[in-house]
Amino acid sequence: MLTSVRNWLDERFDWAALTAPLRKKTVPVHQLSYWYFLGGITLFLFGIQVGTGILLLLYYRPSANEAFESVQYIMTRVQFGWLVRSIHSWAANLMIFTAVCHMFSVLFLRAYRKPRELTWVSGMILLFLAMGFGFSGYLLPWNTLAFFATKVGTEIAGQVPIIGRPLMVFLRGGEEVTGATLTRFFGFHVAVLPGITTLLVLLHLALIQRFGISVPPHVESQWKAHPDESREMHFLPNFLLRELMAWYIALGVLGALAALSPWGLGTKADPFAPAPAGIKPEWYFMFMFQTLKLIPAKIWRLDGEVVGILLFGVAGVIWSLLPFLERDGKGRSRRWILGAGIFALAYMASMTVYGYVAK
Amino acid sequence: MDTSRNKYPVRLLQPLLATLLFCVVASAEAPNSCLDCHSVLDPPLQVTADQFSQDIHAQKGLTCASCHGGDPSKEDQDAMSKGAGFRGKIERKDIPALCGRCHSDSAYMRQYNPSLRTDQFAQYLTSVHGKLRAKGDDKVAVCTDCHGVHDLRPASDTRSKVNPLNVAQTCARCHADAAYMKGYSIPTDQFAAYSASVHHEALTVREDLSAPTCTTCHGNHGAAPPGVSTVQNVCSTCHVFQAQLFESSPHKVPFEAASLPGCVTCHSNHRIAHPSDAMLGTGPQSVCTNCHTAGDPGYQAATQIAQQLERLDASMKGSAEILDRAEAAGMEVSDAQLEQDQARDSLTKSRVAIHSFNPARVQQDVQAGLQSAAKTYREGGAALAERDYRRKGLALSLLAIVAVVIGLRLCIRQIESRRS
Repeated sequence: MLTSVRNWLDERFDWAALTAPLRKKTVPVHQLSYWYFLGGITLFLFGIQVGTGILLLLYYRPSANEAFESVQYIMTRVQFGWLVRSIHSWAANLMIFTAVCHMFSVLFLRAYRKPRELTWVSGMILLFLAMGFGFSGYLLPWNTLAFFATKVGTEIAGQVPIIGRPLMVFLRGGEEVTGATLTRFFGFHVAVLPGITTLLVLLHLALIQRFGISVPPHVESQWKAHPDESREMHFLPNFLLRELMAWYIALGVLGALAALSPWGLGTKADPFAPAPAGIKPEWYFMFMFQTLKLIPAKIWRLDGEVVGILLFGVAGVIWSLLPFLERDGKGRSRRWILGAGIFALAYMASMTVYGYVAK
Repeated sequence: MDTSRNKYPVRLLQPLLATLLFCVVASAEAPNSCLDCHSVLDPPLQVTADQFSQDIHAQKGLTCASCHGGDPSKEDQDAMSKGAGFRGKIERKDIPALCGRCHSDSAYMRQYNPSLRTDQFAQYLTSVHGKLRAKGDDKVAVCTDCHGVHDLRPASDTRSKVNPLNVAQTCARCHADAAYMKGYSIPTDQFAAYSASVHHEALTVREDLSAPTCTTCHGNHGAAPPGVSTVQNVCSTCHVFQAQLFESSPHKVPFEAASLPGCVTCHSNHRIAHPSDAMLGTGPQSVCTNCHTAGDPGYQAATQIAQQLERLDASMKGSAEILDRAEAAGMEVSDAQLEQDQARDSLTKSRVAIHSFNPARVQQDVQAGLQSAAKTYREGGAALAERDYRRKGLALSLLAIVAVVIGLRLCIRQIESRRS
């Protein structure tokens, strides 16, 4: 049956020629090869997001009067609605987690180096887009926590010099977080961001296909010295089957999280109610939120929060352009980047923990 | 054309004109020789300009002369001459009538506050304070004792002595002073008792300004203790349903016959504690056993009503517990929690219905509560069953996933062994 389908496709589309690059594609095999799975798992989770997101769209209503009730309906009345919504929420968080891990693995294995600079840049933009997905999607159930987190988040965006205020008004669809904000965020979440993300994912994959899988420099030099030690496997089917195993394990983790700890709904947002005490953003924004909380109100003559936002903005731009800062053959710049990576990881982890522990 | 010469005299005149204008404005403010002296005198004759500026009368344009007579525009003794109509210090006995001169004049008061009542003086004359005052008692309260003097603020101002938040302390200044109240043969523990009451808690802790303070039950200008036969009318101004049920209850007639003050008999007057179910039945905190003894119909009814409430309370606790467990397991039970609110409402209604002292009447609300509690219990149980179903489904799915992963691993091994 499978052979006849393949023959049918081959006759019409020259399937063999189309899939030839994939069949020729190889993946290096060494003691750090398991890090290669992270990108694939992130892609798998993105696929889960698209699938479950489409299912949620069948019942979700993007208005301040109906959003909360429609999610409540999905969670209580729709057959397996609880599973779809919980998987969507958990997969969103896991996707950002695996994307961050993927970014750091690429950094520490120095896979960003020439000629893969643009692969890194496109990956960084994808990471920012994933955070944008998280920020916009968080508001959609229109519950109290989401409402006030969005209020705080957009207020922080409003602190950016010059463009801050127009940006805040644009994001909110007015001066305050209202039903207009919800509708707007829904548009970003289901149309704007998915469109851009899909294009960038295709570009990212095309670049990976074009340049192949990077081998860590120390393994590369070892293999150059001892060519007989170099190992690789075919992408099709060897690596893909292993990747499939990773996807199945990720699916199991997702199912377990959804069944044992279904994503909560909270209480419906009341714009006239006071903000609940100890309001916190999603975990992936926590290190920034906690830093802004700790920054003094005034740094020299400048507003502390504005300085913090600018620093994060500059750091984000520099981080995205990191491959261009490493000069060929210069050990010092490599060590600087490695040091910055370790510092960034330690800082983000410690600030995130501090943010959850601090009152 | 050169105009500089023409401008020069005008420039010279500018400071002169400004000085003249200042003098005119300064002279427009009427002189007040009263404050000139009284602001530097020692208490109790001291009245500072700052203090008087806070007074509602001063803010409305009244002056010292409005009450004390005299002519503040004159200096020294001329201001306080008989010819200027100076009345001097107002005797305590004359204060109510002096205040009433304006405050009983509805045409006059309308120009300041059309909604302000003008029967305060008339009411005062009917009050215990007013009656004793008429008999020549100089210790009883007059207007200034409660409202203050020279820095008098409207009752809506939280700094006012007659603001709801401050009324009890204002009354307590005399009524909690045993030495001052000696000779009146009334207790002086009302403020201490009230401070421990549910009403005081509502007013001061929950800041519920509708909660009763002294004047709510006793009246303000016509202050008097409510009579035994009318006390339930006072309570019923807020506790409407309880009073209605009491009116048709079997307690109504015997209480009247025994001259027992309605609500106060069970709830006390100033020290009204938060009511609890333990006040019912025949337990140690029961108030029913103050009158009823084992075997009489009231004793049986008390036992029955207490059991009804206990049953509903236990049923609600059971459903709350199962809903909490389901919620802790991440189940969405907000609909059931909403239903639980209805059970809570029924419990509240039942607690009101006990004032009928009729078990059959109480049962109506208890039954509705039991039905709601049973429904939420069923929904809680269904949520826990759903949780178990999900866990079983997860176990099966994980088994399938493990089987697929093992299958893939075997497949990889087979492919790689074939190639090698």
